[in-house]
Amino acid sequence: MSINATLIGQMITFALLVWFTMKYIWPPLFDSLEERKKKIADGLAAAEKGQESIVLAEKKAKQVLKEAKEQSSEIVSLAQKRANEIVEESKHTAKQEGERLIISAKAQVEQEIQQAKEGLRKEISTLAIAAAQQILGAEIDKAKHQDILNKVSNQLG
Amino acid sequence: MATEAHAAEGATGYIIHHLTSLRVGEGFWSLHLDTLFFSALLGGLFIWFFKNAAEKATAGVPGLMQNFAEMIIEFVDQQVKDSFHGHSKLIAPLALTIFCWVFLWNFMDMFPVDILPGIAGLMGIEYLRVVPSTDLNATFAMSISVFCLIIFYSIKIKGPIGFAKELMFQPFGPWLTPFNLLLKVVEEIAKPISLALRLFGNLYAGELIFILIALLPWYIQPLLSFPWAVFHILIITLQAFIFMVLTIVYLSMAHEDH
Repeated sequence: MSINATLIGQMITFALLVWFTMKYIWPPLFDSLEERKKKIADGLAAAEKGQESIVLAEKKAKQVLKEAKEQSSEIVSLAQKRANEIVEESKHTAKQEGERLIISAKAQVEQEIQQAKEGLRKEISTLAIAAAQQILGAEIDKAKHQDILNKVSNQLG
Repeated sequence: MATEAHAAEGATGYIIHHLTSLRVGEGFWSLHLDTLFFSALLGGLFIWFFKNAAEKATAGVPGLMQNFAEMIIEFVDQQVKDSFHGHSKLIAPLALTIFCWVFLWNFMDMFPVDILPGIAGLMGIEYLRVVPSTDLNATFAMSISVFCLIIFYSIKIKGPIGFAKELMFQPFGPWLTPFNLLLKVVEEIAKPISLALRLFGNLYAGELIFILIALLPWYIQPLLSFPWAVFHILIITLQAFIFMVLTIVYLSMAHEDH
């Protein structure tokens, strides 16, 4: 149980162990630990950044989608408006055309009536003459009325 | 002591035999070969393991060995960071060495008390104490080394005058200088003594209880030695931890400039 030179031997061993640990063991292991810590921290930071950019991209995508929706609805309303306009316009032209057609038809009818009237007028005179001839034929003697015929002929001539 | 052991018989003889070192030389200039051998062997084991781990150390995915070494290193580093606020290249490796070495010393206590001495006996070695921490020389060697570091750093950081001032004028001011000096000297000297005796006492008592259990009939032995061994796992780790933490705390006190 006595204290003896073992103490000195142990102190030397201890000093050697501490020296060796300080020189060859602690630095490389500790450095690798620190390096890994840094790597992990970097990785985590990058992951966070990625997440952030995802959120940002999502936001942007939403915005773009919203804009696109707005645009499309605008386009649709515009198209609707235009379509309405076109319909209105075509209605208008149709109406005009119709009126125009009606007017021309009326004019044609008028003309045809006039023509018919003209034709009738012409034929009436012929018919009247024929009828008159018929009537006169029975009563009129050519010799008897030679004077009148001659007068007419003279008039014509 | 050796002659006493020869003379005693029975239980006393058995106990004394187990607690006697393999010794060469006489008086102060004698050596406990068993303590020197086992502590050097365990120190070598520690160095070998950590050197291997350090050589293969990468910042990538660590292997099993590196993982284990890093676990211990991180644990020690955390303790150092918690207690020590200066900058020192020495203190963390010192703490690591103390923790591992003392733990390995203490771990020798987990071997059944008769195995290694028995094998040594077959080889013709009469006495063998396998647990270095049950040898006061081993524990005092460590604590005195720590004490030297405490003094060294006290003088280095505070300067010889600053350190002398601290010894003389604290805690009660310059009017009570002799009293202060006495108090401070006792305080400083108590550090290595308490460090060494705490470790020695715990492990010596633990070993003694294992030896006493080994004296009982074989059918009772497991009943007692198993729980004691389980409990001892806690003690050996705790003692290694205490030695390390106190070393860090003492050195951190030495670094503090008032």
